[in-house]
Amino acid sequence: MLEIFENLGKSTFGSLAKLGRAVFFLLYTLNGIGVVLLRPGLLLRQMYSVGVLSFLIISISGLFVGMVLGLQGYYILTDFGAAESLGVMVAASLVRELGPVVSAILFAGRAGSALTAEIGLMKATEQLSGMEMMAVDPIKRIISPRFLAGFISMPLLAALFSAIGVMGGHMVGVTMLGVDDGAFWSQMQATIDFHEDIINGVIKSVVFGFVVSWISLFEGYDAVPTSEGVSRATTRTVVNSAFSILGLDFILTALMFGDI
Amino acid sequence: MANSASSENHIVSVRNLSFSRGRIRIFDDISLDIQRGKITAIMGPSGTGKTTLLKLIGGQLYPDAGRIEVDGQNVHALKTKELYDLRKRMGMLFQSGALLTDMNVYDNVAFPLREHTRLPESMIRTLVLMKLQAVGLRGARELMPNELSGGMARRVALARAIALDPLMIMYDEPFTGQDPISLGALVHLIKALNSTLGLTSIIVSHDVQETAAIADYIYLLSEGRITGQGTPQQLLQSDSPWVQQFLNGAADGPVHFHYPAKDYLDDLLSSQ
Repeated sequence: MLEIFENLGKSTFGSLAKLGRAVFFLLYTLNGIGVVLLRPGLLLRQMYSVGVLSFLIISISGLFVGMVLGLQGYYILTDFGAAESLGVMVAASLVRELGPVVSAILFAGRAGSALTAEIGLMKATEQLSGMEMMAVDPIKRIISPRFLAGFISMPLLAALFSAIGVMGGHMVGVTMLGVDDGAFWSQMQATIDFHEDIINGVIKSVVFGFVVSWISLFEGYDAVPTSEGVSRATTRTVVNSAFSILGLDFILTALMFGDI
Repeated sequence: MANSASSENHIVSVRNLSFSRGRIRIFDDISLDIQRGKITAIMGPSGTGKTTLLKLIGGQLYPDAGRIEVDGQNVHALKTKELYDLRKRMGMLFQSGALLTDMNVYDNVAFPLREHTRLPESMIRTLVLMKLQAVGLRGARELMPNELSGGMARRVALARAIALDPLMIMYDEPFTGQDPISLGALVHLIKALNSTLGLTSIIVSHDVQETAAIADYIYLLSEGRITGQGTPQQLLQSDSPWVQQFLNGAADGPVHFHYPAKDYLDDLLSSQ
């Protein structure tokens, strides 16, 4: 019986300690951002591996999500005789929700897991330790550029996801199902609001980019330096990122659109 | 200080150091000195915390008690900036080499120079080629770390460790898992670098033959304490049974072959 309380206490302290480490880690990382700005070469290389290499999965997924939205939206809207509003429906769902959320989850799976595994393996093979002994701060040299790259790439990828998704919706709705081309675009233009929809969507993706980069880099840095430890850390990155994205999405949506 | 004359001769001095990991006590009040310009070996069975000692000296770990001075500075009282300045004067050779896997040999050796100096690229090239020539790998500069053998990786790491011309180099198990030729090359290199560059070397190892061949002074560690010290000759003539067991590699002696267990016959006959 007592064991239950003992374990509960142990895991609570464990999580609190980890949270504390994560916050300190974040502060050190942010502290190193200034150094990164002085060395754009470091940032560009990471933007390539974090952002550009995620381009393919993001654009293909965006295309299919948009196509499915076009298809499903068409069947529902024709029941109400409002098939011309398909453009609004596709664009609003993408820009407000699906763009930031789905691309952030894909980003966590593609780039986040790669970051965790890379940092974890660098730790396991003593590369981080070696850097410290060469008087090079691994947080400034390795972590901060990756953090900034993730933070910048995420909103760009989300925007790309939404844009390609709208084209996918157009392809299915207009080209295949015969929705009026002019109505598709003009209704979208008239209804989608720059501040209400687009800026709010961008804010979401900025928050997700921050959180996913933080989680992936911290899990890698905090990983037990063995093959098992790195694999567990990679799993935790994907699971924790997905939870954080979905949870934060609810909170942000409530703050932005709801009257809670 | 009363012993200032002798402490000037010591590049590293460890005083009353205690360190534990969890409940395991790794060092229990040990003191040792590393003489400037000499090759000092720290030997002992696996798992006695030899690598931990190097990390303590490099300021990567904090001791529970005691102090460590490197070049007259108390390592664990330094601010981050001062510690980093001190580390530029110490090289460390990790067991794995710890080469950066996303760069080739040339860039790995150039890494500390590029990070810490504002030298023009032509000067860096000259320096890198000189360091690589010293370890015999000037021709391998284009290779990536995963294309190197274990011995070559360690030599590249050595070239990188001497890139900033440090005062001392700490070698973590430099001889482990090397074929005889690489082993010979490393033994020769460590000795040669120590004398030509005027370095101080600390070698952590359990390879008795190779280490005894080049070390000027040896500390033997076991179970958190220093169990023997002296020049290789003094140690070979030591009458301590533990020292003799370690140096001769006898399976049984003061360190038992069997992990502590209850009586063998009882164990076999007991029902559980």
